[in-house]
Amino acid sequence: MADSTPVMEGLDQSLAVKRPRLEAIYEWITTVDHKKIGLMYIAYALIFLVVGGFEALLMRIQLAVPNNHFVSPQVFNRLFTMHGTTMVFFMGMPMLFGFANYLVPLMIGARDMAFPRLNAFSFWISAFGGLLLYFSYFGGSGLYGAGSAPDVGWFAYAPLTANVFSPGHSTDYWTLAVFLSGIGSIGTALNIVTTIICMRCKGMKMSRLPLLIWLYLVMSSMVFIAVGPLTAAQIMLTLDRYVGSHFFDTQAGGSAVLWMHYFWIFGHPEVYILVLPAFAFVNEIVPVFSRKAIFGYPAMVAASIAIGFISLSVWAHHMFTVGLGPAGNTFFVFATMVISVPTGIKIFNWLATIWGGDVHFAVPMMFCIGFLFQFLIAGLTGIMLSVAPFDWQLSASYFVVAHFHYVLVGAIVFALFGAFYYWYPKVTGRMMSEILGKWHFWLFLIGFHLTFDFMHVPGLLGMPRRIYTYEAGRGWEMWNLIVSVGAIFQVAGIACFVFNLVRSYFRGEIADHDPWDAWTLEWATSSPPPSYNFAIDPTVHSRRPLWDLKHPEDPDSDYE
Amino acid sequence: MMNTVSTIAIDVQAEPPWVLPSRGTVGMICLIVAEAAIFIIFFVSYVFYIGKSLTGPYPAQVLELPIFSTVCLLSSSFTVHFAVVALRRNSLRNCAIGLASTVLLGFLFLLSTAREWYHLIHDDGLTIRTNLFGSTFYSLVGLHATHVLIGLVMLCMALGISLAGRMKEAHSERLEVLSLYWHFVDGIWVAVFLVVYVIGR
Repeated sequence: MADSTPVMEGLDQSLAVKRPRLEAIYEWITTVDHKKIGLMYIAYALIFLVVGGFEALLMRIQLAVPNNHFVSPQVFNRLFTMHGTTMVFFMGMPMLFGFANYLVPLMIGARDMAFPRLNAFSFWISAFGGLLLYFSYFGGSGLYGAGSAPDVGWFAYAPLTANVFSPGHSTDYWTLAVFLSGIGSIGTALNIVTTIICMRCKGMKMSRLPLLIWLYLVMSSMVFIAVGPLTAAQIMLTLDRYVGSHFFDTQAGGSAVLWMHYFWIFGHPEVYILVLPAFAFVNEIVPVFSRKAIFGYPAMVAASIAIGFISLSVWAHHMFTVGLGPAGNTFFVFATMVISVPTGIKIFNWLATIWGGDVHFAVPMMFCIGFLFQFLIAGLTGIMLSVAPFDWQLSASYFVVAHFHYVLVGAIVFALFGAFYYWYPKVTGRMMSEILGKWHFWLFLIGFHLTFDFMHVPGLLGMPRRIYTYEAGRGWEMWNLIVSVGAIFQVAGIACFVFNLVRSYFRGEIADHDPWDAWTLEWATSSPPPSYNFAIDPTVHSRRPLWDLKHPEDPDSDYE
Repeated sequence: MMNTVSTIAIDVQAEPPWVLPSRGTVGMICLIVAEAAIFIIFFVSYVFYIGKSLTGPYPAQVLELPIFSTVCLLSSSFTVHFAVVALRRNSLRNCAIGLASTVLLGFLFLLSTAREWYHLIHDDGLTIRTNLFGSTFYSLVGLHATHVLIGLVMLCMALGISLAGRMKEAHSERLEVLSLYWHFVDGIWVAVFLVVYVIGR
């Protein structure tokens, strides 16, 4: 294709020496290499994905039929708390940061992140947070003999978190785990922003950054502003519980609503922090499998930044039922509706990219198509819920649960799976199996729609979220059974995926350094990339440097 | 698997130099933004709970304007800037003097905060448990004082390096990053002064 650099081969052979296992483990634990840290983030997130999924499965078994006593009410409360906390803080964030760690330096032509040791610190502090959360199952009861594991819900509303109502240490474990995860997130976000601004290779102007990089820049900047309030609120909660201050103590004039504000000032931007990387993956995958450059690059960048800004002013749509007054309600209804404009721009640009393209339905692309449909529907129910009077009827019902799982699973997890299939050959040097991938896609798609399409209905029929069990004869039975059956399909899909991940590592077809004929810099180096990424610092002249190399007669740089 | 083909061409064309911002400065600005977000929440709590304490003592009864410590901390911003400028001009002695006076002023600030707290706790009986004023006051001022302490530790390290004669002109950028943090801590104090001692009283 293009000229090879003999330097890289010479250096590579020294690395191919086999090492004793203990030394390899030591190397992974002490590594500051962005690719290894990225992989550790992803592995850690995958473990928590399975754990959190298992908790969801237990809840679905409990709710499958009326008057069920599969688990006790206390255990059920712990399950939904742990499921939510795990999936947001210890699956979503580390997974997306893992991809960022792996991809950002490669895509901007750098050899590592800006602060490699801070990177390792952020990973280990987040990992410690996750372990602390699950240690609560053993240590949570403390001296009081109270319940183990946090059971205050993932948004832990005051005053339920006060010492009086949550004795023992389980809530403290929750607070500390979330606090540590926040510290790790801020550290990694700082690293990503600095890397993107200060480590770009020659010629990689801001206007030539791959869209994935732009989205991670916006996402990481949002982390500073969104995770700060959560960290502050956790400090206050810890002070309340340990030192006896009165921030959220309603007995002493403190305000429970203040906690809601603090949590959702974090909580709503957090949704966008999670979804922007999903957009990022789709931005990279859709053009490659449509064999076209992305449609409307500047509009995509502008829309991402707009989402970043607007998402900071919509938090109180989680609190319409609190009674914010007409002015507050109107503002937050309006802000929430406005955010669908830049999101709509993105959807149209993806469609325009696919339109007229030579579309290849490989597994990553299939997941992206799934993403497009499901994200659209998730957005539509989102607009429904943004209308305050509608929200008054359905707040804290299963309709809301169905809506946000449509975003988190239907959009984010689908894009994530696409990203796994797309970048797996880069990471391991082997392709993932297409057949297993298609099984995974269809099983998961069917399971997803069985579960989350039908979950809207009991919500509309009045089934509240977090309900332990329900009586027969309310019209909820059939819907709940379908929802639970869908969960089984999802588990089967995930099993295919995990099996595919492991099997392909040993038996997968050997991948070329550029199996998808893609255009961004990570495909220019070998698969897996050497520890220094690029033997010679690359120079780019357009948004698609590899296109320029493959088509010197018609480079992109002539048009940009 | 390890044998490699790179598709990146070696570029030999002469191009304008490729200059990017310094990592330290960008990283510190990011940290400052994140820290500012944390402080804003503590400020919001303070302002939200002004006048909502159910029992005394109230701010107007016990708080006094901390003029001395404010003067100390604000002037330390100038001395640390003096140290950075001196190092940039390779004047190592002036740099050490600037750092030493910054450490001294920061220490005086912490000392006067400690005296204020001692007075509040022992004479006025105001603790973090007493009322909402106590909770918000000690947490906000305490969070700021923690940042002063962290800054002081780092400044002391810089001073030690400087006194050991190991500080070089080449380190001026690092010292500047540290001074950014210190300026931020000072800026927060201005906000604390306004919110706690002017508006809150």
